[in-house]
Amino acid sequence: MSFDPHSIRDQFPILGRRVNGAPLVYLDNAASAQKPNAVIDSMAQRMRTSYANVHRGLHTLANETTEAYEAARGIVAEYLGADRDEIVFTRGGTEAINLVAGSLGVGMAEGDEVVLTEMEHHSNIVPWHLLRERKGVVLRFARVAEDGSLDVEHLMGLLGPRTRVVALTHMSNVLGTINPVQAVTEAAHAVGAKVLVDGCQGAVHATPDVKAIGCDFYVFTGHKLYGPTGIGVLYGKAEALAAMPPWQGGGEMIESVSIGRVTYAEPPMRFEAGTPPIVEAIGLGAAIDWLAQFDRQAVHAHEKALYERALERINGANWFRQIGTAPGKGAILAFTVEGAHAHDIAQVLDKYGVAVRAGQHCAEPLMRRFDVTSSVRASFALYNTLEEADAFADALVKARQFFV
Amino acid sequence: MTTIAEELDALAEDFDLLDDWESQLEYVIDLGRALPRLEESERSDANRVRGCSSQVWVVSERADDGRLAFRAESDAQIPQGLIAVLLKLYSGRRPEEIRALDPQTAVDRLKLGSMLTSQRANGLAAMVERIRREAAA
Repeated sequence: MSFDPHSIRDQFPILGRRVNGAPLVYLDNAASAQKPNAVIDSMAQRMRTSYANVHRGLHTLANETTEAYEAARGIVAEYLGADRDEIVFTRGGTEAINLVAGSLGVGMAEGDEVVLTEMEHHSNIVPWHLLRERKGVVLRFARVAEDGSLDVEHLMGLLGPRTRVVALTHMSNVLGTINPVQAVTEAAHAVGAKVLVDGCQGAVHATPDVKAIGCDFYVFTGHKLYGPTGIGVLYGKAEALAAMPPWQGGGEMIESVSIGRVTYAEPPMRFEAGTPPIVEAIGLGAAIDWLAQFDRQAVHAHEKALYERALERINGANWFRQIGTAPGKGAILAFTVEGAHAHDIAQVLDKYGVAVRAGQHCAEPLMRRFDVTSSVRASFALYNTLEEADAFADALVKARQFFV
Repeated sequence: MTTIAEELDALAEDFDLLDDWESQLEYVIDLGRALPRLEESERSDANRVRGCSSQVWVVSERADDGRLAFRAESDAQIPQGLIAVLLKLYSGRRPEEIRALDPQTAVDRLKLGSMLTSQRANGLAAMVERIRREAAA
């Protein structure tokens, strides 16, 4: 079964626009994906017809909105193969990781260890650095091999009796590497450590089956999954969440409050202090519902075909250096161009209507690992076409000419 | 020496001759290539203004008459060209002259807006900030 992007492109109004006189070729999907009408309309419709705060009203709009918000939780739970009470809505992937680090950190002591990898996004590094600064927690980084794959043996060697958490990405936002999260989880559990998987890319381009992975936590963000910004998800195993203290305090997360004492609600509410991003959660639900009509494997095969087409058109050029060639990797193409800065290339590509990312991709340790100060990244999504992969490759060849 | 206003006029005249973005880009890149490079030791952390994807180093010297001289360099070519433009305008001026020229005015006049869309990313905004701070001191 193959996937035809042309049949769905008109559901993404933004894809019809022109940029600098050229048709938009949007290849910055790993940073944020565009939204289909199904998402835009669900959010607009919600605000136009039935909106109120959730969980506390005794009127019709409050009940309708609460139902829709909780239905979105159910949709997310099903998407991850989890129970609905294991789904905490956050403002994004970053907040979800901060929540876990902040809450688990309460029980950590000096000398406890957190194992990360060199390919983590800053959002899965800095929250742990905060624990290092506040608690004296020791951070250990598993190495990344030359082809961009995780040095699993090295990671295993870092595990020990003081390892409290292993936090790693499901899929690298730069290399496209898909990590063996299941094997890592097993090994981490064997030493009694909890496992957090950063699924910001993996929830879109890999298989976010939390039961199969076995991880304690899986986080992702809505806006890379064709949903809105301002909404993220923390999946936490029921027993893991139940044992965790609240991270932020406020309304909605309490059972009772008195002058001298507070008791907290059960998860997931315990971790949703204050008014949540209601419309955004509903928009995320709409995005996942919309995606459900497609065969997941066919979509991934299509994205891979785009990546391979672009690579085929450029590879072999002696000025092109790809970063990240791990077997089975996802459709992210990071590279440098000899004689031209990534920044320059991206700026000229934009003139041809091609949107890519250039820089360190919020992954400074990884850039250092590959000894580059910045790289260009083209990342593909289901609505991209083979013609766009060609247009990107052609524009890249032209862009380079300015600088040599 | 020409005044800032005269220099801006001269630059605007040059830029007006360029009728498409390709030739404008080539011209900017050429200006950057003609710019003298900094010494290795001057590309130090202390002289670096941080951008996200590319970097800029700025060195300033104050002459006895109070004029401020700037030299700068980027590791990317488009910012390097834009630096060349900025230095033509700002380097060797008295602080009050520097303070009097709003960088946005120059950008608009030279129609460099499209090249400066990612100012924060390329460190140029930080460089202008640095120049104006020196002039305020």
